[in-house]
Amino acid sequence: MQGHLSLLLVVIPLIAAPVAAILPRGRLSWALALVVAAICAILAGVQLWAVVHDGVISYELGGWAPPWGIEYRIDAVNAIVAMIVAGIAAITLPYALLSAEKEIPEHQLPLFYSAFLLCFAGLLGITQTGDIFNLFVFLEISSLSSYALISLGQKRQALTSAYQYLIMGTLGATFFLIGVGLIYSQTGTLNMMDLALRLPEVSGLKTVHTGFAFIMIGFALKLALFPLHLWLPNAYTYAPTVITVFLAATATKVALYVILRVLFTVFPHDFVSATPTGDLFLLSGMTGVISASIYAIYQVDVKRLLAYSSVAQIGYMALGIGFASSLGVTATIIHLFNHALMKGALFMAVGTIIYRIGSCHMDNIQGLGRQMPWTFGAIVIGGLSLIGVPGTAGFISKWYLVLAALEQQAWIVVAVILIGSLLAVVYIGKVIEVLYFRPAKETHLAVKEAPMLLLAPTWVLVIANIYFGLNTELTVGIAQRAAQVLGVTSG
Amino acid sequence: MTNNLILRVVSKSLIPLIIVFALYVQFHGDYGPGGGFQAGVIMSAAIILYALVFGLDAAEQVIPSTILRILASLGVLIYAGVGVVTLFLGGNYLDYSVLGETRVAGQHLGILLVELGVGMTVFSVMLIIFFAFAGRGRP
Repeated sequence: MQGHLSLLLVVIPLIAAPVAAILPRGRLSWALALVVAAICAILAGVQLWAVVHDGVISYELGGWAPPWGIEYRIDAVNAIVAMIVAGIAAITLPYALLSAEKEIPEHQLPLFYSAFLLCFAGLLGITQTGDIFNLFVFLEISSLSSYALISLGQKRQALTSAYQYLIMGTLGATFFLIGVGLIYSQTGTLNMMDLALRLPEVSGLKTVHTGFAFIMIGFALKLALFPLHLWLPNAYTYAPTVITVFLAATATKVALYVILRVLFTVFPHDFVSATPTGDLFLLSGMTGVISASIYAIYQVDVKRLLAYSSVAQIGYMALGIGFASSLGVTATIIHLFNHALMKGALFMAVGTIIYRIGSCHMDNIQGLGRQMPWTFGAIVIGGLSLIGVPGTAGFISKWYLVLAALEQQAWIVVAVILIGSLLAVVYIGKVIEVLYFRPAKETHLAVKEAPMLLLAPTWVLVIANIYFGLNTELTVGIAQRAAQVLGVTSG
Repeated sequence: MTNNLILRVVSKSLIPLIIVFALYVQFHGDYGPGGGFQAGVIMSAAIILYALVFGLDAAEQVIPSTILRILASLGVLIYAGVGVVTLFLGGNYLDYSVLGETRVAGQHLGILLVELGVGMTVFSVMLIIFFAFAGRGRP
């Protein structure tokens, strides 16, 4: 029964997507998407509970036994990622109603929600599947629909940024497929657990090394790991607000999950530690944190600023992977969860300003903080969480990351984390200064607080930021368990 | 192109053959080479040929774009629906064996239905893409 549950998590949005496309009105498609996302969030919650209490869930698609058939295999690692994806979708969709109606023409709305559901199904599929080729198929489902979604942005630059993402994303997916093909040629299997059994025998071969490199680079592109992040700021800036919220909180997290899975489950540990992978992740993480944070400071568009901040946050997650220690991976998974909360809250709050005045350029939003107190409050708390102030979720992730760095006596990394947080103070401070301490433009004096339907989902995420900053039992507990499942030895 | 008599006569006689061949590829796919993807593309080639010779408007009259959108969605629904039916019959998702009296009959029926869905979606998506590009610049 639990197996069916894991399967329904993917199949329900997949079936709903074509239905949403043929519904006559945008609102009907929205209602369908909302119901589907809510059901999936509940299913993902039950699945997480079941995995924590009863252990691994395995499901044979079509009744064909693995490794020949496709297997869905859920343990603590993918259960938590699926929970993030489904939960964020369920919170984003109530927000989508007004925001999408404002930004997308009515006749495109059914197709918009259809593409949203496809992207959702693809992301869930990536997390659920235990078959590395099936993973590629879901990757393509989610990527293709997200290119379409990004191109629906209001400005014409949305088209070029979607095209840019299409080129980079396709490169990433192709690299991944080449890597999978090379590994398949040496092992004859595509099932991840079966690969883990067979790879040690052939791990000395050049082909396997090449395949490993292709897979890593491919997903580093999808993850927007510095310096392969160039598609991300444009895509996030020009996409419709709802899509920015959804992709920022889920797509990169899923890519990170795949990297964790490939590094720690599929490939043998001594194989990975013999390659410079860990050092590369540390290097790109450190440069990413510093340089993307500095880029963020100089942005004049708040969405773009937050997009660069996302690149920096991905850097933090890369640091945890680079340590390859139990504590490091725990920190990465905690940050993966917490970053979804804070970036979701921040992009939603910025989205309410865009809903009111149609822009989030620094010159246009000045002084609006006093007229939109609830939105401003959400930006402040989300920003504090991003900086990592105690009492917010961001603090927990930074704390574990610093602990992981101290454990390895990596003083430079500790310094980088602290400098990164200080830089975050600068760019978040800049947004707050513009929003609160500058006089409002005369044309914007009549701007009122955003409607309830936009504020409520934003504040759900804001409160989650505080809740998970105070009660760490759930996040840390599951992250530690996930690190255990991945079999990372401490030290 | 509409005045070109030879093209019109030849394509009129070719189009039915193309459609019959598409149906053959579709429904013989489980015994020989073929299946939904190939059949869908061949079938859409028949309509595209018609559009090239008789004009886009005539082709859109044969298959309006609203119907194409429904067909494309329906194909996916048939595929996914077969999976749901197998769930209700007590099997795993897309486990065709439970569909028929015997395992072999079930597998046969399942693959036939699923390929039908694939064929419908490929056919209509090919045409949607063709109409979208060919219709650029029209008022």
